[in-house]
Amino acid sequence: MRLRLTEEEAAFREEMRTFFTTEIPQDIRDDMRAGRHIEKDHFVRSMQAMNAAGIAVPNWPVEWGGKDWTPLQKHLWHEEMQLACVPPPLAFNAGMIGPVIAHFASQEMKERFLPATRNLDIWWAQGFSEPNAGSDLASLTTRAERDGDDWIVNGQKTWTTLGQHADWIFCLCRTDPEVKKQAGISMLLFPMDSPGVTLRPIKLLDGTFEVNEVFFDNVRVPGENLVGEVNQGWTQAKFLLGNERVGVAPVGATKRALSTAKEHASQLGALADPLMAARFVELENQLLALELTALRVVANSTDGKPHPASSVLKLKGTELQQEVTELLVDLAGPFSLASDSLTVPEWAAHAVPTYLNFRKASIYGGSNEIQRQIIAGTILGL
Amino acid sequence: MDFELDDEQTALRDAVRGLLKGYDPATNSEQRRTITATDPGYDEALWLRLGEMGLLGLPFAEADGGMGAGPVEVAVVAEEIGRVLAPEPYVATVVLAGGVVAALGSDDQRAEVLGSLATGEQLVTFASGEVAEPVIQGARADTIVWEVDGEVFLVDRPADVTAYRTHDGGRAAHLVFERSDATVLGTGGEVRDTLKIVIARAQIAACHEALGAMDTALRLTTSYLTTRQQFGVTLNRFQALTFRAADMYTDLELTRSIVTWATLVSAFGEDDAVVEAAARAKLQTVRAARRIGQEAIQLHGGIGVTDEFSIGHFTSRLTALSHWLGDAREQVSVLSAGISQYGVIDPLD
Repeated sequence: MRLRLTEEEAAFREEMRTFFTTEIPQDIRDDMRAGRHIEKDHFVRSMQAMNAAGIAVPNWPVEWGGKDWTPLQKHLWHEEMQLACVPPPLAFNAGMIGPVIAHFASQEMKERFLPATRNLDIWWAQGFSEPNAGSDLASLTTRAERDGDDWIVNGQKTWTTLGQHADWIFCLCRTDPEVKKQAGISMLLFPMDSPGVTLRPIKLLDGTFEVNEVFFDNVRVPGENLVGEVNQGWTQAKFLLGNERVGVAPVGATKRALSTAKEHASQLGALADPLMAARFVELENQLLALELTALRVVANSTDGKPHPASSVLKLKGTELQQEVTELLVDLAGPFSLASDSLTVPEWAAHAVPTYLNFRKASIYGGSNEIQRQIIAGTILGL
Repeated sequence: MDFELDDEQTALRDAVRGLLKGYDPATNSEQRRTITATDPGYDEALWLRLGEMGLLGLPFAEADGGMGAGPVEVAVVAEEIGRVLAPEPYVATVVLAGGVVAALGSDDQRAEVLGSLATGEQLVTFASGEVAEPVIQGARADTIVWEVDGEVFLVDRPADVTAYRTHDGGRAAHLVFERSDATVLGTGGEVRDTLKIVIARAQIAACHEALGAMDTALRLTTSYLTTRQQFGVTLNRFQALTFRAADMYTDLELTRSIVTWATLVSAFGEDDAVVEAAARAKLQTVRAARRIGQEAIQLHGGIGVTDEFSIGHFTSRLTALSHWLGDAREQVSVLSAGISQYGVIDPLD
């Protein structure tokens, strides 16, 4: 057993801290810290700065721009990024389609897409969920039918996050309706401006536009845009979602949000209230337990497979993330009503929209009920 | 950072597990009931065997008759004791009372008190205040390490002893020290700072005991859910129940992380850091112990509330550990006092 980082690990962490606090433009980090709306341009500039330094996609194979880092180094990279208020590399590119292409696609497809994906020259959208296929993703009905060498896609996707910025979509389609539902799915790639693609933004509770519906009406997709083999889509989707779950424990970002909340509380004199101080203590302690669990998980995932406790990270990580947004609403008190006002502190105006928006965290990435099912089923054998 | 046991520590764990297997609730829950039914509430023959194996002197210097091991080894033993709910008073006597003597005693006192504690010949416990209660094994103990107004003494016979059984099957006592013969421990004087650190180490060991108990409580519960039938199916077919078990697992893993970290701080960190880490580990342990203890009974149904079935005894023991050496309210109060002094907690610094 060992408490501290090794000298090399500590030096690596310092290197990451220096990079994120000096090489990412200050305006982007200020907007993140203040909880303002993050524009497309923020994501692009941030990811391109990381890519220029060769650290945008450490989880990819080294030959495609990944890093031969230990799980702990990857963890430190991710934590320092969050603590420095840096927008993470776009998840659809870095965490989802990039690894899928690198793992399943032809050499030609890799060369065509991976460099542009890494540099966010292509902004990808995730075409997974449908109105009747949410947690039960395998029941999706968007279909792709052969027409010569091409595919013709018809159907609808929904909850397509930031699809309004997307250049391309990776889309799960039913290619064989006759077999078991998991066995008849394929993944197709096509441009969002293909004839027959219509995007309709969905306005969210906080007034923002983050997700979309996407409709496909006889969209023609060249055969070469199929990822890997026909009817391999479910395997690819599971591979992708496994990666997604590891990445969604937002420890660093929640720590930062909680420390910012503490500054506000201190300015308001609210920390003198033992009830409020106790809430901070309990939250900080649970967050510490979560962070240490994340460290245990990364230290023991050397074979590349996620540690069973990684479901705990998503479940508890999003609960704590949501609890911090609740705490900020309670700190803002009546000012929290003034969500469009410039006369109350900016954080207080943002408190409720952020709180409402972050109800999403326990729903996406495999809802927390799905996580409980995974824990009960695969870990506890129930 | 590395949270895994090395080969020697794993061998120690297996040896302790072997020694305590008579208590294993999965195979025989009668052993504990029989032992706790009569005074002193623990198995004195087993206690001597623990001494022969060197476990009772584990944290003491070899010169004092100990093994010179550290907090990680102590944690391993405490966790195994908790795992089978062994009634042997390891943390209270070896870690706490022995820890105070090890930290403050003169050469002679350490050799005499720790030497006989390590073999199991003598039972030593810790008491605080002119009237002390509840003192774990206060009636059985041969020597009381007694703290009053920040000073510590050794007392063989308190002026008045009222012994009783505690709800978890243990033994404790009300001790009155008025006009008792007392020997100064070490050079004497005010030693509150040292005591704080020894108590913190004992708190962390007690958290490991609770961790072991929570681990078994969850295992007994999942085993019950997969065997007990209602409505023609086993209980694990009901999602309302399996989701609650999943939440127990989440509590257990988070607690394991923070308690293990506290042990690493105890082994390698600064003294001040140990006191804070103990408070953090204890707070998380108490919160988890309450939820896991309650859910374990609820998921067992009516038999969970019976004396005959072992699961409820885990809840009782977890409640005892939660209120011994500082409860959650006390930890929140300690930690609240410091929250303005840092922005984020950084366990890697």
